[in-house]
Amino acid sequence: MQGDFREHLIVLRKLGVSAIEVKSPEDMSKVDGLIIPGGESTTIGKLMSRNGLDREIKVKHSQGIPIYGTCAGVILMAKEIEGSKQPRLAIADISVARNAYGGQLDSFEADILFQKSKLHSVFIRAPIISRTSKGVEVLAYHKKNPVLLRQGNLLMSTFHPELTQDARIHKYFLGMCSKRMKGKIH
Amino acid sequence: MPDKKSTPRLKQGLAEMLKGGVIMDVVTAEQARIAEKAGAVAVMALERVPSDIRKEGGVARMSNPGLISSIMKAVTIPVMAKCRIGHFAEAQVLEAIGVDYIDESEVLTPADDKFHIDKRNFKVPFVCGATNLGEALRRISEGASMIRTKGEAGTGNVVEAVKHMRRMMQDIASLRKMDSKQLSFYAKQERVPLELVRKVASMQKLPVVNFAAGGIATPADASLMMQLGCDGIFVGSGIFKSSSPLKTAMAIVQATTHYSDAKLIAKASEGLGKAMKGLEISKLETRLQHRGW
Repeated sequence: MQGDFREHLIVLRKLGVSAIEVKSPEDMSKVDGLIIPGGESTTIGKLMSRNGLDREIKVKHSQGIPIYGTCAGVILMAKEIEGSKQPRLAIADISVARNAYGGQLDSFEADILFQKSKLHSVFIRAPIISRTSKGVEVLAYHKKNPVLLRQGNLLMSTFHPELTQDARIHKYFLGMCSKRMKGKIH
Repeated sequence: MPDKKSTPRLKQGLAEMLKGGVIMDVVTAEQARIAEKAGAVAVMALERVPSDIRKEGGVARMSNPGLISSIMKAVTIPVMAKCRIGHFAEAQVLEAIGVDYIDESEVLTPADDKFHIDKRNFKVPFVCGATNLGEALRRISEGASMIRTKGEAGTGNVVEAVKHMRRMMQDIASLRKMDSKQLSFYAKQERVPLELVRKVASMQKLPVVNFAAGGIATPADASLMMQLGCDGIFVGSGIFKSSSPLKTAMAIVQATTHYSDAKLIAKASEGLGKAMKGLEISKLETRLQHRGW
């Protein structure tokens, strides 16, 4: 819809997965998993609510389709966005603070630990997860902040694995979708 | 490894996040809020939109830092601001305010007749205009993290943006047929690093995000530019010089995302009222696109 969907498509295709862009509610019936990319959460949220894609994603979510959000994707999945009423999916039991590290000059690259090994991560005007409920598992931290989380069939990263050559997070997500490997993306 | 900031990956990465979106010129905090409400991915903070700069004449400079800060406070989306070509001190001021992107722009009066800013010296990323591949590569080798067509700003006339986008695509395609001698000749002729030329020849696209700018005034203009292969859209005078800015802005956002869905664009364009008046290119006194080299 808007954002760095092309980078996600490239990673998925490299991993041998068939992947499509999801722009309309009808596209949701063609996929077995969905990635909501990095971008501007206010823009994506508005575009989704204007054509009803948000409702369709929620329906599919209630049927258990795996959804992975990166950066803006996490903001859109969160039930609470601090100080904002912007349109969202509100499907994950977390609170997020937008631009919490600051502006672009505070964007950063860092090494984090994922499954006990080092993962180089790119944070661009990233949100901070300020609260998580029970049932939300933190899979990685940067300093004290949770940056990779899972709640049931939802996966969320405040960083952008699609901007690095390391496909471990995408592989992890594909593991979640592996029952019917078809396509995804937004 | 300690955390790193302002790397090329972070600078170019933010532009990747803006793809498929619309960046809108705003001159007040109120306009910035309207742009955000309409779904802009970023705003360009200015004192005068290009069509007014063109009308009023005089030297066009960086906007007042107070105005830019008030716009930064008004919205949560990224804020860009323009500095004059070659005016690295203006760029330093913009970096000090903390803008998210700087546009070293031909819309303002150039400050240096020989050198563009050495953008590698800055922490903040830059976007620059280009009319063809050579110009784009010169800017990228100076450190630009994002490219846009120059088009002809402030005219509401899309013809020059189309020309520049087509030229860029054609230039990139022609590199594919060149052997290594020809590539090397091209690099020398255009005064750009051979390595960069080789990269573009093999990737068949620019190594950074490429937006359309300069004359885009309607939803159909945005769709046209997206279908020609650009990554997103800058709209300057087209929104706040139209009779219904919010509606026009929303429709251009819709048209940029759903650029191949003509029915949707038709519906989004209904009842927009008058678009900005627009100017004939051949009747212009100043061609902004000829600034910079």
